[in-house]
Amino acid sequence: MALVETQRRRSAGREEAAALAASVPTSPPAPTGLLDVIGRFKGLFLPVLLVILWEAACRAEIFAEHLVPSPLAVLAELQYLWDRGELLTHVWVTLARVAAGFFWGTLAATVLGAATGVSRPLRELLDPTLQALKAVPSLAWVPLFILWFGIFETSKVTLIAVGVFFPIYLNLMSAIQDSDRKLVEVARIYRLSTWQLLRCVLVPATLPAYVVGLRAGLALGWMFVIAAELMGASEGLGFLMIDGQMTGHPAIIVGSLILFAILGKASDALLAFATRPLLAWQDSFAKMEGGRANA
Amino acid sequence: MLELAQVDKTFATRKGASHAAVADIDLSVGAHEIVGLVGTSGCGKSTLLRIVSGLEAPSGGAVTIDGRRIAGPTPEIAMVFQEPRLMPWLSVTENVRLALLDLPRAEQQRRIEEVLGLVGLVGFSEALPQQLSGGMAQRVAIARALARRPRILLLDEPFSALDSFTRMKLQDHLLALWEKANFTMVFVTHDLEEAVILADRIVVLRGQPGRVREVFPVGLPRPRRRAAAEVQALKEEITLSLDLS
Ligand SMILES: Nc1ncnc2c1ncn2[C@@H]1O[C@H](COP(=O)(O)OP(=O)(O)OP(=O)(O)O)[C@@H](O)[C@H]1O
Ligand SMILES: [Mg+2]
Repeated sequence: MALVETQRRRSAGREEAAALAASVPTSPPAPTGLLDVIGRFKGLFLPVLLVILWEAACRAEIFAEHLVPSPLAVLAELQYLWDRGELLTHVWVTLARVAAGFFWGTLAATVLGAATGVSRPLRELLDPTLQALKAVPSLAWVPLFILWFGIFETSKVTLIAVGVFFPIYLNLMSAIQDSDRKLVEVARIYRLSTWQLLRCVLVPATLPAYVVGLRAGLALGWMFVIAAELMGASEGLGFLMIDGQMTGHPAIIVGSLILFAILGKASDALLAFATRPLLAWQDSFAKMEGGRANA
Repeated sequence: MLELAQVDKTFATRKGASHAAVADIDLSVGAHEIVGLVGTSGCGKSTLLRIVSGLEAPSGGAVTIDGRRIAGPTPEIAMVFQEPRLMPWLSVTENVRLALLDLPRAEQQRRIEEVLGLVGLVGFSEALPQQLSGGMAQRVAIARALARRPRILLLDEPFSALDSFTRMKLQDHLLALWEKANFTMVFVTHDLEEAVILADRIVVLRGQPGRVREVFPVGLPRPRRRAAAEVQALKEEITLSLDLS
């Protein structure tokens, strides 16, 4: 839960939200020369170098083969699993769990966060309880969930949803709560209806923090799916890792790790991409700033 | 036209105690008049303006326009705050439109063009607030208020966040707008020169709770020169009345 805490602290401020939105990759200007092309892919340099060194070290037999597989061995193992159709099943099962947990967690967090953000009585009624639940280390729920929902999908999805829930709930509630009172006064002076107030003021004001919450929630969803699958599953990437450990195939473990990294990063990028239109006003500002800096 | 009769405002503080912000305010403002409110910090100027705007209800007394009591914001009154208070996610045009949502679309468009012309920001209609300077943003806020064609324009330290050069320009600009359109203005300021340059009458509030301490008519013809001896003399007089010691 420490992570939830830091995520929340990091995302509480409006400036941070703006900074995050500004850091959402905006398409850089089209590369004009070789140097630009190299510049664009700078981030890949280190991983590629590491993989080469790693392969070289394995070939030089610096590591014991049964502990550290070479990159090519990892690739071969993944290829083998892919050919047997297993890999796709595992990836698919894990993705489906994260998606379901993310969906339910987001739904609950959005409803409760909006309700407690808008209504003070509801906040006073519900928030202390939710804060107390947040203090429970999330993995401590596992025995209870298994008892309630069995060892199959429901308990896993519930666990993931719990992880996803808190950052979204907290971000949304505090964003609505400290959505600028001054702007709301402008809406009152010009006599906006409740619907107009929502559409023109409250929703746009809270979206940046909400999106930050969504992304933090998704990251936790990935953490929790591993936890859920490590603790007992017959399919999924987490199961694959355990399987690799049991059968003494380090290549499987490393391969699953890499897949987790790729899937986590890709889903986050997808979410960032999908939510970009919602933050268009910040985006165009970032672009303008960028343009000015370049000029 | 605008009448304040025995207006009181008492806030409940956290500990259940009460805190009187203004008391016994009697003030009568005529049509097309400009009234400036001055007073030391915390004497209730903003509170008074917020009561007139309908944002805050008076604890006692009544505020009326042509004899009708004000209960909540009305289309006849517009307010400009110390900060521009523009929605950062809306363009200049859409920010002005916020004041006009109850009108037909064509009328909205006509008024937006009209007021942006008045404040000299036609070329910035699609800009976002972040792209504007402080003075430009405050002009948008003024445009938004004027777009309603209010009978009464309230301004709470509208230019205090601006540099003195921009401030002088906007003061002149506001006066020009006032001469063209037929509205009444009540403004709060800490800048006595601003009060003397703009106002027909200057009301000095003092104390906790704030009460009307003195009222100065400014009988000087417009345009007023800031350096004129009469302007400086009146500033002196008001300073004494404020009793800053
Ligand atoms: N919402 C509120 N709740 C409680 N007290 C308030 C509230 N608004 C104002 N006050 C109190 O009323 C008094 C007058 O405040 P107000 O903001 O009207 O002063 P002001 O004359 O505008 O001051 P300044 O020149 O600093 O803007 C202050 O003592 C303030 O603490
Ligand atoms: Mg004030």
